[in-house]
Amino acid sequence: MMIELKNVTKVYGTRKAVDNISFSVDKGEIVGFLGPNGAGKTTTMKMITGYMPPTSGTIKIAGYDIVEQPIEAKKHIGYLPEVPPLYLDMTVEAYLHFVGGIKGVPPKKRREDVERIIHEVGLTDVRKRLIKNLSKGYKQRVGLAQAIIGDPDVLVLDEPTVGLDPKQIKEIRDIIKELGKKHTIILSTHILPEVSMVCDRVIIINKGKIVAIDKTENLSAALQNSRRYFIKVEGPYEEVVNSLKKIEGVTNIEAEVDSDNTIKLTVESSADKDVRKDMFFAFAKKGFPILELKMLNYSLEEVFLELTTEEESYDENVGNTKEGA
Amino acid sequence: MKMWEILKRELKSYFFSPLAYVLLGFYLLISGYFFSTFVLSTHYAVLSPILSSMVTVFMFISPILTMRLISEDMKTGTDQLLLTSPVTVTDIVIGKFFSTVFVYLVALVITFLYPIYLKLYSSPDMGSIIAGYIGVFLIGVTFISIGLFASSLTENQMIAGVIGFALILMFWLISWLGDVFTGKAKAIFQNLSFFDRLNNFLNGLVNLSDVVFFISVIIFFIFLTIRVVDKRRWS
Ligand SMILES: Nc1ncnc2c1ncn2[C@@H]1O[C@H](COP(=O)(O)OP(=O)(O)O)[C@@H](O)[C@H]1O
Ligand SMILES: [Mg+2]
Repeated sequence: MMIELKNVTKVYGTRKAVDNISFSVDKGEIVGFLGPNGAGKTTTMKMITGYMPPTSGTIKIAGYDIVEQPIEAKKHIGYLPEVPPLYLDMTVEAYLHFVGGIKGVPPKKRREDVERIIHEVGLTDVRKRLIKNLSKGYKQRVGLAQAIIGDPDVLVLDEPTVGLDPKQIKEIRDIIKELGKKHTIILSTHILPEVSMVCDRVIIINKGKIVAIDKTENLSAALQNSRRYFIKVEGPYEEVVNSLKKIEGVTNIEAEVDSDNTIKLTVESSADKDVRKDMFFAFAKKGFPILELKMLNYSLEEVFLELTTEEESYDENVGNTKEGA
Repeated sequence: MKMWEILKRELKSYFFSPLAYVLLGFYLLISGYFFSTFVLSTHYAVLSPILSSMVTVFMFISPILTMRLISEDMKTGTDQLLLTSPVTVTDIVIGKFFSTVFVYLVALVITFLYPIYLKLYSSPDMGSIIAGYIGVFLIGVTFISIGLFASSLTENQMIAGVIGFALILMFWLISWLGDVFTGKAKAIFQNLSFFDRLNNFLNGLVNLSDVVFFISVIIFFIFLTIRVVDKRRWS
């Protein structure tokens, strides 16, 4: 277990930014920490990296408690904060050497590490430049580079692609995927596709609480509890809908007349039953040709929207009751 | 070891920016001016008035030298690098402190030209000159520790500079208050007064109690700074 959080809470003044969260990350995993702005991602990462202690709960990095044994724990952490922590008046090379120094990398190894990382992260062309003169994309690379100096087991990356252009985003993601082969990574994002592109597992956080943890590929199926299909059939409306209703496992039907004699339907079935064959035989028996049929898997994006809208409507209700009273 | 890394970086940052050179130049210019006018007009082989003016100039310069030490890290977010690295807050604070002390030492060493000049053309009392320099060094380092503390209070450098200067000024005022009061109050204020103690050094007296006083104040402010940096994370 490289990262282990138990009942971690952070209160700012009277406001709970992180509310009793627990999770763990195994060696070698790339975990996405997903949530909308203000969900508590940055706060959680600041606690994981020992920048600030939790109000309550415990955090262990590579077995070391971040509050009790901060120096030992921090030896295992590389951290890229939301804004990369760069000394603008230094050259890329000098800065990375400095970081190696405070990470406790011995001088000889430091030179080798800086050399290797400059190549890995693609900073060769700008190594002698002052950091303040670099583009945003390059600054982000320097940020990544400083996080991996000293070969920490755990990389904590806070929204590593935010504010970059699409080309830079792709480059940074590729670097992260490459880093994932050697490091345990937790990266936060509010961009859904990023998670499915980069991460093995996802932790969804909203309003300081964890709402879901699962393998990226399982997440949509696990959360939806149902399968959905899109189907286009030629035939009379009533009869088409009736024959679908007779199929075992169908839980919901939304039908709409398309043009002349075709019906467009969205059909839902329970998650454990695939009704595509049943639909085919039912319509074949009636002599209604199927013009189109496909599975609609919830994209992670839809799942996510669902999660947040649920929370929001809950809030609105609370507001309404107050107004009514 | 880690402290040394912090110190080196701060020194680079001083000497890669024009500010340190400007301030150093200003310091040497003013003290050189005092030296030339005083020595040439009075023909006394005495350094204490020049040393005293150097302290006055450093009162204004030290808050500028120290104001960014910690505030800038908070502002730009580099504190996130420092505080999440396997480094203690003590290492960070002391490293930064010594970087400014080093800059101050460089300035002082350059002013050694004045006593050397005196020595070449007359026979000054080297003992009292050395005593004077010890005092000038100690009080300057005290200013630095106060400025460092001020820098930990806010992420705004300018405000940190103003606070630092105000604190130093307060210690100046304390010695005036000593003159206002009588009896026990007078004794307390005089005990706290930096400048009465500085005068002892300038008059050629190195009292252990004065040395201990300055070192205690320095350690006190360094300790406070460490506490402030540490405490902020728990808020
Ligand atoms: N220093 C702070 N003081 C007070 N509230 C804060 C502070 N930092 C963050 N918050 C609040 O805590 C919540 C979580 O913020 P944050 O962790 O930055 O979320 P995220 O990174 O997911 O966008 C937000 O409501 C934010 O306003
Ligand atoms: Mg954030």
